[in-house]
Formats: sequence, structure tokens, C-alpha cells
Amino acid sequence: MADYVVMPKLGFDMREGVLNQWLKSIGDPIKRGEVIAEIESDKATLELESQVEGTLLHVLEKAGAIVPIGANLAIVGEEGEDYSEMLSSEAPAEAEDESPPAAAEATSAPAPGSNGSAQAAPAVSSDYPAGVKATPVARRVAEENNIDITQVPGSGPHGRIRKADVEAYLTSPRPAAPEVSVPAKSYDIPEGDDVEVVETTRLRQAIGRRMTESKTTVPHFYVTSDVDMEAALALRKEINASLPDEQKVTVNDLIVKAAALALREFPNINASYAGDKLVRHNRINVGTAVAVEGGLLTVVQKNTDKSSMSTIAADNKEMIGRARDGRVKPEDVEGATFTTSNLGAFDVDHFIAIINPPDAAILAIGSAKKVPVVVDGELTVGTRMKITISADHRVTDGVEAAQFLQTVKSKLENPLLLLL
Amino acid sequence: MAFITMRQAISDALMEEMERDENVFIMGEEVGVWGGTYAVTRGFYDKFGPKRVRDTPISEMVIGGAATGAAMNGLRPVAEFMTINFAFLALDAIVNHAAKVHYMFGGQIKAPVVFRAPGGGGRQLGATHSHTPDVIFAHFPGLKVVSPSTPYDAKGLLKEAIRIDDPVFFIEHHTLYQLRGEVPEEDYTVPIGVSDVKREGDDVTLIAYAQGMYVAMQAAEELAKQGIEAEVVDLRSLRPLDMGPALESFRKTFKAVVVEEGHRSYGIGAEVAARLQEEAFDYMDAPIKRVAQYEVPLPYSRELEQSALINVDRVIEAVKEVL
Repeated sequence: MADYVVMPKLGFDMREGVLNQWLKSIGDPIKRGEVIAEIESDKATLELESQVEGTLLHVLEKAGAIVPIGANLAIVGEEGEDYSEMLSSEAPAEAEDESPPAAAEATSAPAPGSNGSAQAAPAVSSDYPAGVKATPVARRVAEENNIDITQVPGSGPHGRIRKADVEAYLTSPRPAAPEVSVPAKSYDIPEGDDVEVVETTRLRQAIGRRMTESKTTVPHFYVTSDVDMEAALALRKEINASLPDEQKVTVNDLIVKAAALALREFPNINASYAGDKLVRHNRINVGTAVAVEGGLLTVVQKNTDKSSMSTIAADNKEMIGRARDGRVKPEDVEGATFTTSNLGAFDVDHFIAIINPPDAAILAIGSAKKVPVVVDGELTVGTRMKITISADHRVTDGVEAAQFLQTVKSKLENPLLLLL
Repeated sequence: MAFITMRQAISDALMEEMERDENVFIMGEEVGVWGGTYAVTRGFYDKFGPKRVRDTPISEMVIGGAATGAAMNGLRPVAEFMTINFAFLALDAIVNHAAKVHYMFGGQIKAPVVFRAPGGGGRQLGATHSHTPDVIFAHFPGLKVVSPSTPYDAKGLLKEAIRIDDPVFFIEHHTLYQLRGEVPEEDYTVPIGVSDVKREGDDVTLIAYAQGMYVAMQAAEELAKQGIEAEVVDLRSLRPLDMGPALESFRKTFKAVVVEEGHRSYGIGAEVAARLQEEAFDYMDAPIKRVAQYEVPLPYSRELEQSALINVDRVIEAVKEVL
């Protein structure tokens, strides 16, 4: 029995993916777990591992196609097997066509009904009449009303579509036009040689969408504080002296750990706004923004407050490496409850960041610099770093944000606390 | 209108028919001097005498055979089996003779006999005396099978059974004898082979008869308190089986639960469900459910017996599954 290879869901908010390229050709043997294609989601380029074993019999989607999650990409089965029934109503891609399709050819409109209601839509299977599990009366009512029953979400046992489901579908508002993944054009592109027009990546588009949403819907406020980094830098130097390169601790690792420990004391900041409710996260997962080609990603250290310095350092190094290579795993970038963004390597005094929803706050870290400071009434040279929190005013207020910064500061200024 | 028990309604039907037609007579074990094990014929012996109210030997083969023979010779016997469990002994007379002679002799002979038989479970009579084997008798063409759920239907159906020329097996559920209901004073009959909607509703169709009706109606009242309106169809006759009202109801509610006291396998529910899907497939919105007696010899222990029989909770549960 042949199986479909489907577009996987590689992130909790992923709705569709681009089939970048097939790494296998028709007739190739395929093992379970073998990488057979390259998929691009909003966040990253990922490898599609086959869940089935056999021979690649048929390719349903060409490279470049934008495909809703769960939709069929290819058919894998035994060599010579008759899979004609599995082609059903889908317009098969021409498997012989090896030329890369122009981007314009790729349809950006997902199949009707798949948008937003992907989970509710019935699983289409050749095991049932017309491909869906539905009661006889549901089928009749659908037919009488010219409804494609495969588009009706089923509420009965095991997703069976019942009469009431068809009636609800009939009276429900028509699905809105498919959500356009590119933000509305805000600028008329001039013609001619004066400009170079560059196609944006889906990652760039996703960042645009999320940041626009955050900055226009989340009431941000900002608090900045100075941290004496003398002790932290000294400690780091001491630790790293005896560690191999792959285990060396970065300044950012220290800050991530300090933030995590501080969040334990400020549950309102390790939280998400949810209308008339506030969701406090029991886990503290601190994300680190990483610059990648065409945008940025946030890699997330799970249970940061409970992780040792060496674990944080090693994990972050690995995740950042994968992110920069475009091989990030879905779990690397999911579940942040708080984010840090560090531009310390670029000689910045300080900056302010945009909150990464659904987090309630983000910490922006500037460079640790030698500056004149006053200690015990004497002017001397010290090492200072400015940190700025951007916080959601629906969740927390200035005093709490300032107290949180003080706590982060005190942990970094007494860095042995980070090693406990 | 009189508000009387089903026992009284059956007794009245017999009395009135015996008064109306001198060819009608009663026979059975202890039906005469004793007045019947369930007291249905109490007083009949004194009124009509031993010729028309005949106590028989304790032999169901005699009751079945003699009644069929008397009917073939022009009389209109109403033969009583003390319980339906004992009628198994008379199956040959009932199935091979009463049900077949009209056909076997090309219509030259008819057998207008009525077999009355109380039966059912729920009275701690043990496995061999608690059968609800209605479906066995309903299996054979040539024999009409009736089982009422109300005093009104019982009286009207029994009178009809006595008057028509076909053999009729008339099943009385012994737990319903005390059930009271309104019965007209004047003469009336209820046609055999006509189902009846006993309660109207739009949400689900309950199909039942006899004691199953009693359970189904109670379940319908409980469901109504939860905002679920069940339509309840009383089959009244198992042969001929009138599916009209059940189908009409199913085409309205799209969901059905069949309630019967007999065992589930090869039962009335199986027959009704099969006919619903054959005749109204495009109206089906859920599997048709059967509520029936569990597949065990009915236990003597009260608790065990009650748990093996149908009850209101099981009907409600089945309804919830199809809604």
C-alpha cells in the first residue's frame, strides 16, 4: 500500500511551506528517516525526512510550490505499484518537468478551506466514499446544496461529518480571502534603472509581519540600566582559560542565565498577555536573537534557570551554529518566554528592541565598555554595559521592570551566583 | 372512558367477544375454575360454563393442536399458554399447522385461532421462565404477532385478533398487567399491522413495543428535561411489521434507537435497523442503535436480572451516542 509524503508542520504557527527542492527523483529507493526534500518555512530551511519507506513513485508538487501543511507532496510505495487511485482529484504535477519553475508560477493561494481551518478540515482518505467520512444524510444535504463535502469539518465520532456540520457550514460566513503572507505594499515601486527590486525571503516577510503586529498592538515601555561588568568579565576569563573552545562561555550566556534567575523572582515578566487574563509561564525559556542571512531567528534555551552555565553555553553554541547554517530545528526556535537581543559585539552604547510576541518583555544588551566612573567619591575607570528592557504595559509597569533590571544587574555584578 | 388496567382491558375484550360471537371460546391451563394464572379469565367459567371455558391437561401440545383443529373446523378459539416459555412445546402446532394450513390447502381451510401468551423478564422467575422470545414467533409468514403496550391497544388488538380469519399470536408482557390507561366504553378494534406514534419529537426516534415502550416513554420524559425531544413509535404488531411511522419519523430526526426487551442478536432491533437503512439510507446521520437484553440466560438474582434487562439509563445513553 503506497503512502503520501505530506508537507510537515515544522512550527506551531506554520501554515504552509515552500517546497524548495526535491533531493530524490522518481524511482529512487527511500528509507524511513532519509532526507528527501528541502522545505522552507517562515523561520528556516528544513530537511524533510521521509516517514515512509519504499520507492518514490510520483511527485505531486514541483519545486517552488507553496503547499499547506498536511497536503500531499509525493507518493511512496512499492516499485510498480498501481497508485492511480491516490491521484484522486489532485492535479498532478508533471514529474518529467525538471526545469525549476519561475517563482511567479508558484501558486500562493492555499487550497480552499485549508487556510486557518487546517486542523478542522476532515482528513481526506481514499478509504471512504468521496474521500471523507460522512453520514449518508450529510452527503445528501451537501449534494443538494452544491457543497464540496470534503471542505466541511466533521464533529462526529472520529471526525465523521454529520448533517449538522453541513448545515453549520452552509450558514457560516464564507471563508475570508486567503491571508496574504506579504504585508500590504506601502510603497509604489518605481520603474527603471534607479532601483534594484529584490524579492524578500519568507523569513523577512515573517519578521515584518510579527514586528508590525507587536509594535502596533503591544504598548511598549522602556527602562535602561547600567551594569558593572568587571567581575563578570573576570569570571568568564577565568572559566574559559581551562575550557576547550566548544565549551567556552560567552558574555551573552552569562546575561541569559542572569535574566533567567531574575525571572524566577518576577513571574509577571515571564508571562504572556491574553485579554482579560495573564498567562504566567511555569518554565523559564530564554531566547537569544541570532542574526542569520536575510533576517534573524531566536534560539531558545529551555528551562534556562535550571540549566548549568556549561549547558547553556554548549546548547546556545550549537543552536546558533545551526541557525546560521540554515539548518535550525523546529524545537530550537520555539517556546521562548523571554528574549535577549545582544548587539554588544558591534560597539553600541545601548538600543531598544521590539517585543517578540507572545513574550511580555525583551532585553536589549549594549557593549561592555571602559568608561569613567565614580567609585567611593573617586573618579576611576570601570567597565559598564547598558541593558534596556522593553516591556508590555498591559502586563507590567515601570517599577516592576526597574526592579527586574536591578535584579539582573545584581546577579551579573555578583557573577558567582550564576554558577550556583 | 374508563381508566382500567391492561389485565382488565384484555379480560373485557374476551368477555365482549364471547358475548358477541358464540363460536368464540377459551381454552388453557387453569383458565376455567381457577380463573387464569394472571386472573384474566376470572368469572368466565361461572358465566359461560365448561363448554366455552375449557380447562386443558397440562400439555401445550394439546392446547396448540386442539385450538388449531377447532379453528380449522369453524370455531374461534382463544387458547392461553400459561406463559410464552411453555409455548415452545407447541411450536409445531403454531408454526407448521396454524400458520400454514390456509396456504398448504390452497385457501380451502382457514385457522382463525388466537394464542395468548404472557411473557417477559423482570419478575425473578429464573432463566427458563423469563424469555422474551417474541421474535421467534414473528419469524414465520402466516402467523400474525401482536404485543401491545397500553390497555387501549390491548383491548382493540385482541378484539381484532379474534375477529379476523388469520391465526394470531398475542403476547402480553406480564409486568404491564397493572398498567392503567383510558379505554372507551364503546366497541372498537385496533387494526393489526399498524404502528402508532405515542410521543412526538424532532430530535431522535425511539422505536419500541410492549414493555420496551414503557422504558422508551420514560426515557423520552427524562430526555425532555434535558431539552432533547424524542419521538416514540410503538410497533404494536411484529408481523406484519408496519415501518411507515418509524420511517416517517426517522426522515425527520435522522437518528434512531430501537428498544426491545428481547436479546439483541437477530432481534426486532436488528430487523428495524435493517429496514431503516434500506428504506431511508440518505436520511441516516448516525449508526442506528439497539437497546436490548444482554446476551445471557436471564439471572434469578434481582440485581443481576435488572442489570441484564433494558432500562431508562441505557436508552438515554444510546440516544446520547447518536445525537
